[in-house]
Amino acid sequence: MLPAGALQAGELVRGQAIARVDRAAIRDALAALRDHPDTRFDMLSDLTVVDYLGRAPRFEVVYLLYSLGRNHRLRVKAAVPEEDPVVPSVSSLWKAALWAEREAWDMFGVRFAGHPDLRRILMYPEFEGHPLRKDYPLMRRQPLVPERDPLERPWFPRA
Amino acid sequence: MSVARAPGAVTPERVVEAEPKSEVMALQMGPSHPASHGTIKFNLRLDGETILDVDVEIGYLHRGFEKMCEQGTWNHVFPYADRLNYASPLLNNVGFALAVEQLAGITAPERCQYIRVITGEMSRVTDHLTCLGMAANEIGAISAGFYMLEAREFLYDLVEAVTGARLTVTYCRLGGVVKDLPADMGERTRFALKQVRRVLADCDRLLSRNRIFVDRMVGVGKLAQADAISWGLTGPLLRATGVPYDVRKAEPYLVYDRTDFEVPTGTSGDNYDRFMVRFAELEQSMRIIEQALARIPPGPILADDPRFVLPPKQEVYTTIEGLMNHFKLVMEGQKVPAGEVYMATEGGNGELGFYLVSDGSGRPYRVRVRPPCFYGMAALGEMLRGHMLADIITTFGQINMIGGECDR
Repeated sequence: MLPAGALQAGELVRGQAIARVDRAAIRDALAALRDHPDTRFDMLSDLTVVDYLGRAPRFEVVYLLYSLGRNHRLRVKAAVPEEDPVVPSVSSLWKAALWAEREAWDMFGVRFAGHPDLRRILMYPEFEGHPLRKDYPLMRRQPLVPERDPLERPWFPRA
Repeated sequence: MSVARAPGAVTPERVVEAEPKSEVMALQMGPSHPASHGTIKFNLRLDGETILDVDVEIGYLHRGFEKMCEQGTWNHVFPYADRLNYASPLLNNVGFALAVEQLAGITAPERCQYIRVITGEMSRVTDHLTCLGMAANEIGAISAGFYMLEAREFLYDLVEAVTGARLTVTYCRLGGVVKDLPADMGERTRFALKQVRRVLADCDRLLSRNRIFVDRMVGVGKLAQADAISWGLTGPLLRATGVPYDVRKAEPYLVYDRTDFEVPTGTSGDNYDRFMVRFAELEQSMRIIEQALARIPPGPILADDPRFVLPPKQEVYTTIEGLMNHFKLVMEGQKVPAGEVYMATEGGNGELGFYLVSDGSGRPYRVRVRPPCFYGMAALGEMLRGHMLADIITTFGQINMIGGECDR
């Protein structure tokens, strides 16, 4: 049911199912998991990133899926290299991904291709770097931000 | 067939023409607004008082929770977990403890599981009372708001008797809890719950059929069931749309599978249903507390596992093994086996999940919290579109956004 070649590995860790999926096929694979009558993952519980600094590929985007009707969970992972940290956005499949992907971009610098509004969400626009990366120093200081006139900055992108 | 009209009569088209031309106004509400408990900003586009579009800005309370967790040992996370949803700190404590225990492969003793259920449900009651009391307060029902805060005080007294603190409880540990219930817990709880029920009966009479309250809540902030699922809403927000999803029933943990309680649901998914679902959950939580207190067995409150649990102080001061064990656990942290786990629990606002990655050292490699109200806030824009400016207050109140949890 998954697109051909998408599934790289599947495992069961402490009773929890994990599937590793090729990042190029992640959107199609998740769409299939959402719509197939056997899986029916109608809810994206959470989306996050783990930074395995020193390992290649460096990042792992983790999708936590849950099916309300069937009451089962699945963790889907897509490996993302440091040089080209982009994965297809799944915000057209679940609206929950709209903010979750913004946060993943903000904290880890992984970009989601096709996201309609990929801005920082917890940090401010002038923030430099991505704080949850393992090579972001805990005590790093940020430069002062000049006072901005909120009406001059395009603070409302959809207007 | 057209109806003949007198010349100069006002036709529907001309009424529209006669209205003053309104232009879209951009308004920034917040980040410090007296009616929004929590620091948050709404970037609004208004047509008169009607909301055309709203962009919700969060992040004002971001403290880097997930980054801080990676710096200390596993036990160091518990004080931070208190400060996630500070309206129900014990539920966060229990959720995190369960996640780490699953990763470490240990189970808390039975008495401890009951204690966690009792204290967790006490926290759920304080969480809901905070949400409902503030919701009533903000639309002018100040007495009902203060009555609920009075009820909350009885619960806080209990929490204080058990943990020693009202809010910064830091009560759970890996493999158990830090101290046992006080000897007169049954008596204290009976008194507190009796008082809470008395207050809630008053609030029910004051609010549930109150004309002003109903007019402000019914049909406002509505979200259809399919949309609520797509937005990842859980807890009272999802149950108000009629989905009986409660982690305590779907994937029972602790002793919830041996406890008799109901999952209240709504039908329309508007603010009134959200309010009533939370109101009904108060009684269910109190039922759980009573059942757990009646059945709680005697026994230890901490697992007997020197790999993860600090030895008793008596041993630390009198034996070399105890001293070494204590030193290693404090200085190096608990060596939780490498691996990862996702543990979902039912928090005050919905599915509170912890996704943990361990690399086998004494420190967490990654701690990810699934904050339930983050997803509620994401959906807030869609809930508000087309409503009036004043409806922001009631809708935002029912999301029960807690800055510590939403922004982490």
